[in-house]
Amino acid sequence: MNAQDTRHEDQREELVDGNQLLPQLVAHLREHRAKLRDEWASRIRDAHLLEAMTPQEMAAETTSVYDNYVEVLETGSVDALKHYARDLSERIIPRGVETHEVVGIVLLLRDVLARSLFEKYQRDFGLLNQVLDAYEPAANRIANTVAVSFVEERERVIRQQQDAIRELSTPVLPVRERLLILPIIGVLDSERARQLTEQLLLGIRTHRAKVVVIDITGAPDVDETVANHLVQTVDASRLMGASVIITGLSPTIAQTLVTIGVDLSKMNTIGDLQGGLEEAERLLGFKVTRKVVTEGS
Amino acid sequence: MNSGPALVSILRQGDTLVASVHTALDDSEMVRFQDDLIRQIGEHRARGIIIDVAALDVLDSFGSRTLRTIAEMARMRGAVTVVVGIQPEVAYAMVRLGMGMGTVATALDLEEGLAHLAELRATPRTH
Repeated sequence: MNAQDTRHEDQREELVDGNQLLPQLVAHLREHRAKLRDEWASRIRDAHLLEAMTPQEMAAETTSVYDNYVEVLETGSVDALKHYARDLSERIIPRGVETHEVVGIVLLLRDVLARSLFEKYQRDFGLLNQVLDAYEPAANRIANTVAVSFVEERERVIRQQQDAIRELSTPVLPVRERLLILPIIGVLDSERARQLTEQLLLGIRTHRAKVVVIDITGAPDVDETVANHLVQTVDASRLMGASVIITGLSPTIAQTLVTIGVDLSKMNTIGDLQGGLEEAERLLGFKVTRKVVTEGS
Repeated sequence: MNSGPALVSILRQGDTLVASVHTALDDSEMVRFQDDLIRQIGEHRARGIIIDVAALDVLDSFGSRTLRTIAEMARMRGAVTVVVGIQPEVAYAMVRLGMGMGTVATALDLEEGLAHLAELRATPRTH
């Protein structure tokens, strides 16, 4: 019984020791800050990471990453690091820095610091083990936090851009009573085509449109899928009592469509937007005439 | 007719019959609607039929086929059919599922449908 009790005591003491190891470790990393940071920076260079950044930027960023890293080890809180990582990502994403680079440099730093700990504690294997026990979870959590923050920031940017494209891309414009124009600009994928059709059908109901001109001058490429989407859009509009005129089929697109054998014979196509509008006006019974200014009046 | 509220009302307006579908019809109700309508074309000597489906938020393949059949039968009995009030969601679902109205005329709403019939009447018949 007695022997067991003492063993428990020992373990408890070791645990207390383990808690005190971290401050010791942090002090060590602070002390050798300049040396370790330089070593880290040189390993980043050797691995050809972050080559989009200038040496000055690298020096500044590595210093602040290093300090943040040590701070997390010290406080155990990743909140500040998360904030910093997001901030850093915001700065470096536009420079074309990739996910693997960001994860790579954090892992390099982890290794550099681990090596220095090996060096310092190599004489006492037991103590080294305890140091690593304290160091490794914290280091892994840091790597995790930085990677997640980076990816989150990237996703945020992508989402933002998608939203912007979505809002820009489907304007349904009334130009005359019962006449809508739908200019399509940019690549049409299935998702956009679906959205576009929905917007158009709602627009037809709202504006009580009878004729719709879809202008695809701004669409770079029309393949079979896109052509079939267009056919669907036209059919759905017809079900709601609106006829559709398609304009702006470029020679290349026309050739592609004929080559792949998409049947657009049921569709009303006209060369350019101007012609399409004139045809639409004819269908609606509008007649646009130039006002003749007679001399002397 | 069975008891219960009418699922479809068929009103006469001049020589036009206006059939409003109030709720989704099952297959047998659809067939009964078809029979009623075709019979009334003869009774009222109708020249135009408007089927208003604005209240429907879904139109299945049997429904759309029946509407096409009605239009074809009505044509043989001397009346032109216009389907009006197909909602945006219904229209999109129909084309995605490959169902259409074929050659049947469609219009936005009742008003447009009546205008379409008036237009047809103004131009001389070709058949």
